[in-house]
Amino acid sequence: MTRGLLDRSRIVARPGWSRWLVPPAALSIHLAIGSVYAWSVFKIPLEKSLHISGTASALPFTIGIVMLGLSAAVLGTRVDHKGPRWAMFVATVCFCSGLLIAALGVSISQYWLVVFGYGVVGGIGLGIGYISPVSTLIKWFPDRPGMATGLAIMGFGGGALIASPWTNSLLEAFGHNTTAGIAKTFLVIGCTYAVFMSMGWLLIRVPAPGWTPQGWKPKPQKAGSLITTASVSAANAIKTPQFWLLWVVLCFNVTAGIGILEKASPIYQDFFPTAPSKAVLASAAAGFVALLSLANMLGRIGWSSESDLLGRKNIYRLYLGGGALLYLTLELTTNSNKITFLVCTILILSFYGAGFATIPAYLRDLFGTYEVGAIHGRLLTAWSVAGVLGPLIVNGMADAEKRAGKSGPDLYTVSFWVMIGLLVVGFVCNELIKPVAPKHHEPTSPDDDLLARDEVPLKQAEKQP
Amino acid sequence: MTNSESTAPPPTERGPERPVSPGLIVLAWLWVAVPFTYALWQLFAKITQLFSA
Repeated sequence: MTRGLLDRSRIVARPGWSRWLVPPAALSIHLAIGSVYAWSVFKIPLEKSLHISGTASALPFTIGIVMLGLSAAVLGTRVDHKGPRWAMFVATVCFCSGLLIAALGVSISQYWLVVFGYGVVGGIGLGIGYISPVSTLIKWFPDRPGMATGLAIMGFGGGALIASPWTNSLLEAFGHNTTAGIAKTFLVIGCTYAVFMSMGWLLIRVPAPGWTPQGWKPKPQKAGSLITTASVSAANAIKTPQFWLLWVVLCFNVTAGIGILEKASPIYQDFFPTAPSKAVLASAAAGFVALLSLANMLGRIGWSSESDLLGRKNIYRLYLGGGALLYLTLELTTNSNKITFLVCTILILSFYGAGFATIPAYLRDLFGTYEVGAIHGRLLTAWSVAGVLGPLIVNGMADAEKRAGKSGPDLYTVSFWVMIGLLVVGFVCNELIKPVAPKHHEPTSPDDDLLARDEVPLKQAEKQP
Repeated sequence: MTNSESTAPPPTERGPERPVSPGLIVLAWLWVAVPFTYALWQLFAKITQLFSA
């Protein structure tokens, strides 16, 4: 069979290619698929036009996130072996088809098609798209893997910030309470993202075998160092305690962040209820939510880049230990000082975003680059669990406190203590992470095997535009 | 910055070196930076509500 346009062998970078083209290629995928977090914009228009409940209108999002975790875990190995162009193309096709199917579903008032299109088909695109550029970025930036993956994963956070106002303005223009207006909005978004994401798969390249940045040499491995020069397959990685310790670290770090993010607006209004009017209070709370979104996004690139200097284990000590101390500060100061409240919540959210962004580089350190995308995919199941756990803890405990007659910051006392406990457990798990035992290493360097299959392509690549 | 600045096999084995046009790099970054700047602008507009309240 001839080597197709999407084959890994067709995208081996020719001499003279710039690695600085890879981050925008990755960002074009992540900025688009990150729009899933702006789903709430569609909720009320769908409820009004299709006469469905709030629970039903949340279904495409919920299924989409579940499919993200499942497809990343199940298809991760295939993504690593087929290469980033194939993965980005499949992500583009799935994600945009999902939006187009949703458009069709709304236009003929068949809501199950919206759930299937956006949730199932689009969700597969989310999972493949999320992990598709990770291992490629790590290979292009072996000197700064934290910065490179931080940049892409920051894009996922930024996607919702773009999609939310843009979708709102489209709904305004086409009519937000009519099925025709919502269908047109889905259609325009689907087509626009298809063009936007195509830049990613057209531009992506993998480095030639043996390529390293000028002047950079891998540091010789020290005894006991977490950074390995060996390779561990995804199948072996999940048999190691390191994988499961990191799973707990990610899960609890995300849970602690979601605890605030998910209820940011009510938390602000319960902590600082004094305002000239309800409208002013709601507006200030919306500003607080936006501030946390910014902290979440900047944390992804900022702290993840810092991890290249401080080391991955140290930076997670900061996220988890520092996070626990910040929650403790909130417990002790409650609403006595607004500046302290803002600083603490901003830092907690920056650690939340950074936890996502730094994990691929941590995996690279422990397991090598061979199947880091697939291992990352499997680890993302921790995100799915945290997505349920975080809101459950904060909402459940706040409701119980309310029933007990409490109000204001007292509503969150117990749940914040739980968050401190989870962060401490995560901190301990991070401390327990040691280098992976050699018995899990691949016998030969599989990276070379993977690239050896692309031997032919070294010449073919020269023909690439 | 470029693939040629590397310890990869010498360019002669892999064909002549053809540096990427700086225009392509600028265009690629603008492709993602423009919508991102729009998002940041929208975000800052909302954040000001927190402090004006």
